[in-house]
Amino acid sequence: MTTIAMGEMEQLRKEADNLKDQITAARKAMQDTTLQEAAASINVVGRVQLKTRKTLRGHLAKIYAMHWSTDSKLCVSASQDGKLIVWDSITTNKVNAIPLKSSWVMTCAYAPSGNLVACGGLDNMCSIYNLKGKDGNVKVMRELAAHTGYLSCCRFLSDSEIITSSGDCTCVLWDIETGTQKTIFAGHQGDCMSLAVSPDFKFFISGACDFTAKLWDIREGTCRQTFGGHESDINAIGFFPNGNAVITGSDDASCKLYDLRADQELITYQDSSIMCGVTSLAPSLSGRLLLAGYDDFNVNIWDTLKAERVGVLAGHDNRVSCIGVSSDGMACCTGSWDSFLKIWN
Amino acid sequence: MTINTLLVKEGCPQEQMACFRKMEKVIVAMQDPDMGMKMRNQRLLITVIPHAMTGHDIITWLIQKYCISEEEALHLGNLLVKYGYIYPLKEPRSLVLRRDESPYRFQTPYFWTSTQWPATELDYAIYLAKKNIRKQGELMEYEKERYSLLHKRINHTWDFVVMQAREQLRASKQRRKADRIVLECQEQAYWLINRPAPGMPNILDAGLERPNNLRVTLNSDFYKREIEACQRALGRNRVKSSNCLEGFLKHSEQYQNHDPIMQGCLPSNPWISDDAAHWTMNADVVPVPTRLRVERWSFSFMELLSDTMGRKEFMTYLEKEFSAENLCFWQACEEIRHGENSRISEKVNEIYKNFLAPGAARWVNIDSKTMYKTLEGIKRPHRFVMDDAQMHIYFLMKKDSYPRYLKSDLYKNMLAKAIVPQETKKSVFPFMRRQRHSSPSPAQAATQATEEDGRVKEAGQAGANA
Repeated sequence: MTTIAMGEMEQLRKEADNLKDQITAARKAMQDTTLQEAAASINVVGRVQLKTRKTLRGHLAKIYAMHWSTDSKLCVSASQDGKLIVWDSITTNKVNAIPLKSSWVMTCAYAPSGNLVACGGLDNMCSIYNLKGKDGNVKVMRELAAHTGYLSCCRFLSDSEIITSSGDCTCVLWDIETGTQKTIFAGHQGDCMSLAVSPDFKFFISGACDFTAKLWDIREGTCRQTFGGHESDINAIGFFPNGNAVITGSDDASCKLYDLRADQELITYQDSSIMCGVTSLAPSLSGRLLLAGYDDFNVNIWDTLKAERVGVLAGHDNRVSCIGVSSDGMACCTGSWDSFLKIWN
Repeated sequence: MTINTLLVKEGCPQEQMACFRKMEKVIVAMQDPDMGMKMRNQRLLITVIPHAMTGHDIITWLIQKYCISEEEALHLGNLLVKYGYIYPLKEPRSLVLRRDESPYRFQTPYFWTSTQWPATELDYAIYLAKKNIRKQGELMEYEKERYSLLHKRINHTWDFVVMQAREQLRASKQRRKADRIVLECQEQAYWLINRPAPGMPNILDAGLERPNNLRVTLNSDFYKREIEACQRALGRNRVKSSNCLEGFLKHSEQYQNHDPIMQGCLPSNPWISDDAAHWTMNADVVPVPTRLRVERWSFSFMELLSDTMGRKEFMTYLEKEFSAENLCFWQACEEIRHGENSRISEKVNEIYKNFLAPGAARWVNIDSKTMYKTLEGIKRPHRFVMDDAQMHIYFLMKKDSYPRYLKSDLYKNMLAKAIVPQETKKSVFPFMRRQRHSSPSPAQAATQATEEDGRVKEAGQAGANA
């Protein structure tokens, strides 16, 4: 780069930094209360003790991801043993055991209709499987290939569209029918690790290794808001049930709640005795509880409005890699590197 | 044993560094002369080695320092042992914190995992060689295997390995016995972490190795885009944090009774009682819905529309008011938004014919600006072409019909009729519950088949004997 070009870039960088400082100030100006004051009228939730009701055994290696079906009974899990298993979590029966082409799978998803499941990983592809094929066999329906990095997360919008996040720092909206990219969401400066779709299906959020979370407009293809504050990679992300806030979990051992209307971080969930990173998170149906899985093999349950820990799920013998609360809020499922899934409530 | 245990390690994974730094802070605090732990002496026959502590001491200190329960202190203490910051003196291979008088010692910072000292094959070979030379039969089975494997792999440097081992042993003999014992323990603890025994968890395992990516190039274009995004962000409206937080409080309060993890559920938790009554009562379409469900329709318009029954009820209400075409229109638009790409044109045409064309059978009342924009848009139909019109009708229903529906007799009657399920009494005789057998894993199906038969027969026997 020439000196002139360097100078120009330096100036632009300074201008960008200046604007960022102004944004920080504007956000601070809207902070007219603390969480303690705002939640002074309510008491901390009593100690939450959930028990393991079912253990889903069958995977032979680390489990990397799980996702509930919208019927709140079936769920799908992906493991390094190269299998995608659809479980009936009540009977613990395996409804489907789908062998994968690539065993380096990092994510899986269940379509809201219950007809499709998807998975992907170090093969840089998102593979869609049809569970309701005519002859009863589960086959690959589409292989969505275009990412230049690993697939970290995927979520269906419908049987026709799916959003993926990748280690190539982008998220993509795909048309499943044609197998093509409809929109590319670029802007993150680090691997995108996780994504979540808003309850009204108009937006989605992504968390990345650039320590930020971004809110994207699905229709416009633009980044609406960016949230920072974490000191390390964001591994997990989810919406607060009313869609007005984003909750993130990071390697810095904390979870943060960012309000979309206030455009800033309002609550941090951390404790000096918690040292290990957050791998996954899921809010309870009312949003009052936040269940977060950590590298230290435990799940910590937080009172979201008091920012205090109110429970621990200790039952796995290795890292908790994924967690999900069913859509009717009945049960929480955890998946671990110890190859087991557990259902708690 | 896999070959992986012999591969050169490139230091500990980056993702765990933040965690290590935090643990190190705890370790340093534990050794603080004023606020740290009380140290004891370790007695080994005639040798006395200072700077030891008991498991009980560690847990007590953690409880006091972090104001946590004993269970949590044990969990945290176990982490410190697992990651090699504290090692046990009595049973060195068992990296577990015991809450009794078992002695432990701090690992020297030289051997901390975070120093990212590459524990190479050569280093490991020298360590095993020292052990082998020092005392016959000191090597465990797995260590012997690894030793001979290393001997084959790096045979060309074996003379160096043996020479180094002998040198280090000779140097250590010149130390005081107590120091020598401590150094041996430290080194052993280090290798237990970096070359775990088969079957022991590998704490340095960070999962799938994610290829290091080309980061986004920082150039003028990048910063120009940043500036644009920042300018947009600066101009946005922001709501006061007090209003936002209040919103969350209200939402959680409203949904508290509907949150089964917090409040349980009626008639019973199917996960405990194995009774699917809860789901049967709350199925998509039921003759009489539950009270909680009908209450939820009043929480927000979206709640009503998201529930199949709620939507049906609302449709009935709108038909009475002769404004059902609004909901039909909204539903048709939803089908475009979430449906197949290939059918979009066809569906858009249908909507135009039924709802938008002049003189249409179910014409919807949209303002002229939105109508014009929509009619222009449908010349080139796409998934979101109906968005504006759909939004307009949505807000029309939300502001007008929805509140009136909630005050209507139709809704009030539904609420009054709604079921409040009785709590199912817990079964007094637990062994009357149906036994559930999970189907065998496909990979183990062959071997398990015979096992399962045996177990099923046993269970059958037990049931019969009950």
